[in-house]
Amino acid sequence: MAGPKYPGFDTLALHAGQSPDPATGSRAVPIYQTTSYVFRDTEHAASLFNMERAGHVYSRISNPTVAVLEERMAALEGGVGAIATASGQAALHLAVATLMGAGSHVVASIALYGGSHNLLSYTLARFGIETTFVSPRNIDAWKRAIRPETRLLFGETLGNPGLDVLDIPAVSAIAHEAGLPLLVDATFTTPYLMQPFELGADLLYHSATKFLGGHGVVIGGVLVDSGRFDWEASGKFDTLTAPYRGFHNMDFEEESGTRAFLLRARREGLRDFGACMAPMTAFQILQGVETLHLRMPRHVENTRRVVSFLEKHPVVERVIHPELASHPDHQLCKKLLPRGAGAVFSFEIKGGRAAGKSFIESLRVFSHLANVGDAKSLVIHPATTTHYRMSDADLKLAGISAGTVRLSIGLEDPEDLIADLDRALKAASRA
Amino acid sequence: MEILLEKKKVFAYTAAHDLDPGKRSIVFVHGAGLDHSWFALQSRYFGYHGWNVLAVDLPGHGRSEGPPIPTITGMAEWVLELTGKLHVQKSSVVGHSMGTFVALECAARQPARVERIALIATAYPMKVADAFLEAARNNERAAFDMHTIWGHAPQVPLGGNPNPGMWMYGDTLARLRRLAPGVLYNDLKASNDYVFSGSVQCPVLFVLGSRDTMTPAKSGLAFSQAFKQSKIVTVAPSGHSLMAEAPDATLDALVEFFPKGT
Repeated sequence: MAGPKYPGFDTLALHAGQSPDPATGSRAVPIYQTTSYVFRDTEHAASLFNMERAGHVYSRISNPTVAVLEERMAALEGGVGAIATASGQAALHLAVATLMGAGSHVVASIALYGGSHNLLSYTLARFGIETTFVSPRNIDAWKRAIRPETRLLFGETLGNPGLDVLDIPAVSAIAHEAGLPLLVDATFTTPYLMQPFELGADLLYHSATKFLGGHGVVIGGVLVDSGRFDWEASGKFDTLTAPYRGFHNMDFEEESGTRAFLLRARREGLRDFGACMAPMTAFQILQGVETLHLRMPRHVENTRRVVSFLEKHPVVERVIHPELASHPDHQLCKKLLPRGAGAVFSFEIKGGRAAGKSFIESLRVFSHLANVGDAKSLVIHPATTTHYRMSDADLKLAGISAGTVRLSIGLEDPEDLIADLDRALKAASRA
Repeated sequence: MEILLEKKKVFAYTAAHDLDPGKRSIVFVHGAGLDHSWFALQSRYFGYHGWNVLAVDLPGHGRSEGPPIPTITGMAEWVLELTGKLHVQKSSVVGHSMGTFVALECAARQPARVERIALIATAYPMKVADAFLEAARNNERAAFDMHTIWGHAPQVPLGGNPNPGMWMYGDTLARLRRLAPGVLYNDLKASNDYVFSGSVQCPVLFVLGSRDTMTPAKSGLAFSQAFKQSKIVTVAPSGHSLMAEAPDATLDALVEFFPKGT
């Protein structure tokens, strides 16, 4: 007897989280542009506030349009649920703040987006949360960096900008052995290219600004919980397993089991920090999610064409892409990313900073800006922009040099992209 | 709360309240492979509305030590022993799926100790598909998939969750993944093999999902004919997981059926 089947990824990308609107029959996700929701009566109001009934109270905590995006992302990632946030950075902060407080410690990959590095290095340190950075490829270093007060291991599925492939099975095994969860930033891979929970990650988040939205018009983030980490068994997470005076002494794990993390994150994190997503933003990101399964293969294919071109170009020192045999994570990439390694990668141009400047300023199709994962192709110089606050030593550890250029390959005609790069590289060679 | 019963650790959710001898008591019994938090919203409501709540984790489930109990009658005896130990002389019992049989057995075995029972998503007999039983017996992932997909209405994966931001399939799968090997099979077999031979005199509420594929509403309706004092609430368009799929309608049915707690 054949067993029942789950809906496929493409179907979930279009439908998960939403039935046609019961009030109007609207097929598209309605934009519930409202701050608050009328209670049926005082009893209903009290029940909603005390979490005896499901529903919406105030749009900082939850909103019907935002909830569609949250449920859809949870479905695509195979999680128990999700929380959409004001940005990817807000999602990272929400995850950390839900799990720990002053005196805690994080072990993180050094190959992070510059903003994440700042948050962990400087800002959270000011609030008593320390971070030890390790090379993502040094599996022993992850283990050695764990302390009694460590509460989280964290890395990017594909490191920024060197595309270090995080060995999620290995790092999650270290985390779980120590009774800790692994959080990954899955922005570069999206659920289409990788399913981190199936590989062992416990929590993940996206900058939804990037490939999920795809159109570069809104900022947003989404934090997803696998529901697989047993907070009670770990014994290290008082925020989830001890009575919380801020919510009628609720013990979130006891109350909701697999939903404990998201319950605390929503009931405390969104309530008190307030970095929620606006309904219009959720609607716009949903428009992107609905075509994610069509866009990502084209992003990957265009990227492969561009990588192949650059690899042979005389002005290019080296191309850093894990689908190339020269990349140190090539074998791991084949194992963990069989659908492709995304559309963001770096290369080094001969001639250093001057050549890089000339190259970027000569591009016509590529846009020089601080973003990735757009339908349009983008370019940036990490050492002077996204990662400029990092020390030289940290830059070196993260694989960034003065000649490193980061590209985000869009959905244009690949021949036009290659022609644009070729013209700019010729200009760079004359610089 | 955690207590020891027959030298085994037992957990029952009490909605952060101590048991009060002056209040009525209500026991929640979960279904196959699940735990007390499957009733999170409903049990919390009763706990904050004048009732003593005991949402139990059956042995081998949630926070209660194993091994699981292999028969429905054994589970009912365990519930009665637990409530007795906690000096709860009389209670109502709410069961879901497998838990409905436990509620029935409690009422049949100790009629003086059970005031009312509510059966959420039930059918009799509760025959489990051979392929489902076999997959569970072999601890195969396919058993979790069948539990998840058949345990919800067909529209659930494409519909909206009343609980904002949550994904019902993912939540069920995550719970099942935490089970020790053999627990799901134990529960499915216990449900499959159960023979109801007793008599229940107390009022019985049936809460049925109109799109339930595991325990179809028409089977529940037919079963309800066996009881003198039965009330039936059919919730459209819910499937088997009524507490998650239709939390408000399920709670409303319970609130209407049970008298005020104090």
